[in-house]
Amino acid sequence: MQALRPADRIASAAQGLEVNVTTAKKRDYSLVGESTRAAIETGLASAEWYHTDVPRKAMKELMQRSDGPAIRDTVIWIVAILASAAGNVWFWGTWWVVPFLLVYGVLYGSSSDSRWHECGHGTAFRTRWMNDVVYHIASFMLMRNPVQWRWSHARHHTDTIIVGRDAEIAVMRPPDLLKAGLAFTGILDFRYSLPTLARQAFGTLSDDEKSYIPEMELHKAVVAARWHVAIYVATIALAIALRSWIPLVLIGLPRLYGTWHMVTTGLLQHIGLADNVIDHRLNTRTVYMNPISRFIYWNMNYHVEHHMFPMVPYHALPRLHELIKHDLPEPNPSMWHAYREVWPVLLRQLKYEDYYLKRELPPTARPYRGEFHEVDMSAAAE
Amino acid sequence: MADWVEACAVGDVEEEDVIRFDHDGRTFAIYRSPDDEFFATDGFCTHEKAHLADGLVMDDIIECPKHNGRFNYKTGQAKGAPVCVNLKTYPVKVEAGRVMIQI
Repeated sequence: MQALRPADRIASAAQGLEVNVTTAKKRDYSLVGESTRAAIETGLASAEWYHTDVPRKAMKELMQRSDGPAIRDTVIWIVAILASAAGNVWFWGTWWVVPFLLVYGVLYGSSSDSRWHECGHGTAFRTRWMNDVVYHIASFMLMRNPVQWRWSHARHHTDTIIVGRDAEIAVMRPPDLLKAGLAFTGILDFRYSLPTLARQAFGTLSDDEKSYIPEMELHKAVVAARWHVAIYVATIALAIALRSWIPLVLIGLPRLYGTWHMVTTGLLQHIGLADNVIDHRLNTRTVYMNPISRFIYWNMNYHVEHHMFPMVPYHALPRLHELIKHDLPEPNPSMWHAYREVWPVLLRQLKYEDYYLKRELPPTARPYRGEFHEVDMSAAAE
Repeated sequence: MADWVEACAVGDVEEEDVIRFDHDGRTFAIYRSPDDEFFATDGFCTHEKAHLADGLVMDDIIECPKHNGRFNYKTGQAKGAPVCVNLKTYPVKVEAGRVMIQI
C-alpha cells in the first residue's frame, strides 16, 4: 500500500457530505494477494482499533448475558415461521399464498442472518448450546457453511473492511451496481452458496478459505458442507416424490425470495464508507430503523457499536448506543436516508474508486487518528 | 525456580471479574471467581492479541472481548472456535490480602 499524504477535503454540494479521495492502486480483494501482503506489512492487519472509553463497570453491565430475551425472540421467530409455512401449504395454488410467502421468505431468508450472526458471536443466549443450536439452523437456512463462516466472521471483526484481509466485504470498489442490485434478489448469493457447499462437500476448500480457517478445522468444514448438501438432496427427492414445489419453496428457495430484507439492512453496514482504516466510526454505519426491521435484524442497525464492542448482546445495543453516541458520527435517521447518502458516493466510486464518505464527528467526540485515515484527493480535482 | 510476584490486592478484583497485570514486559490476567478464589493466566487471547482483562467472566469462563472466544480460566482450556490453543495458567496464592502469582 502506498504512503498516504495529508488530506484535502471537499464538501459534496449535493448533500453537504464530506468525502475524501486518494490515488492508491487498484484494490486486490483476494485474501492471498498483493493487498494481503501490503496490509500485513503496513500494520493494517490485526491492528489495534479505536474504542470509545467506557467505564469497566458500565461495560460489564452491558456485556451481561441472559437467555430470556433471545428465548422470547426465538419462540416468536419459530412460531411465525411455522405459521407462515402452514399458510404457504394451505393456500398454495391461490393468490392468498403471496402474503405468507412474503412473511415466510423474510423470516427464513433474512432474519436467519441476524440469528446466525448473534449466535455465532455467542452473545444471543447465555447458555452456549442454545447459541450453537440456533447458529447451525440459521447457517443451514442461509446456505452458509457454519465452520467456514464462523472463521470468516472472526476475520471480519479483526480486519473490518481491510482490503486483502476481510472476507466479508459486500460491495467492492469500484462498485458493480448490477451485482449490488441483483443482491436484493438473492440470485448471486444463491449461485455462490450452493456450488460452494457442493465443492466443500467434495473436500475442496479454496485458498481464500484456507487463509482464515485453521488447518485443524478444515475437516469440520467439509463435514458440515456434506450435511447441508445431504439435506438439500433429500428435499429435492421429496419434491420429486410428491411432485410438488412446496418442499423447495419451504427449504432452499427462500434464500432467493426472502433475502431482500437482509440485503437492505446489511448493505448499509459499511457501504460507501472508508476502507483500510482502523476506526469503526469511519468504516461502519449506525442507522435508526423501525421496530419490525430491528426484530428481523436483531438490532444490528447499531453497527458501529457492535463492531466496537462485539461482546455486547443485541438486546443491550440500544443502551450502549445511548452511552457512547457522543463519540460517534450522527446515525442515519432511516434506511431511506442512508441509501440517499450512499447512492452519489457509489456513482462517484465508479470513476474514482478511492472516493468515500467521511462522516463528521460531533464536537464531543475524540477526533479520528490521522495515521491511516488521511488521504490525498488530487484525483478528484481532475 | 519460578518467582512469586505480587499482582494486586484482593480488593482490586471484584467477584466474577478480571484485571490486567503487567510485569517484566509480560501481561497477565488475574481472575476472581464467583466463589472467591483467585486464578491467573496469560493476559492475551491465544487466538489474536486481545487483552482478556477487557473480556467477560461468567462462572469459570473468560470470554475474549474481540471474537468471543472462550477459555476456562481455571484450567486454561480453550472451549472451541475461534480459540483452539489453550491458555497458559499460573499458580496463585493469597497472603496478607495480596494476590501472588508464580511466574
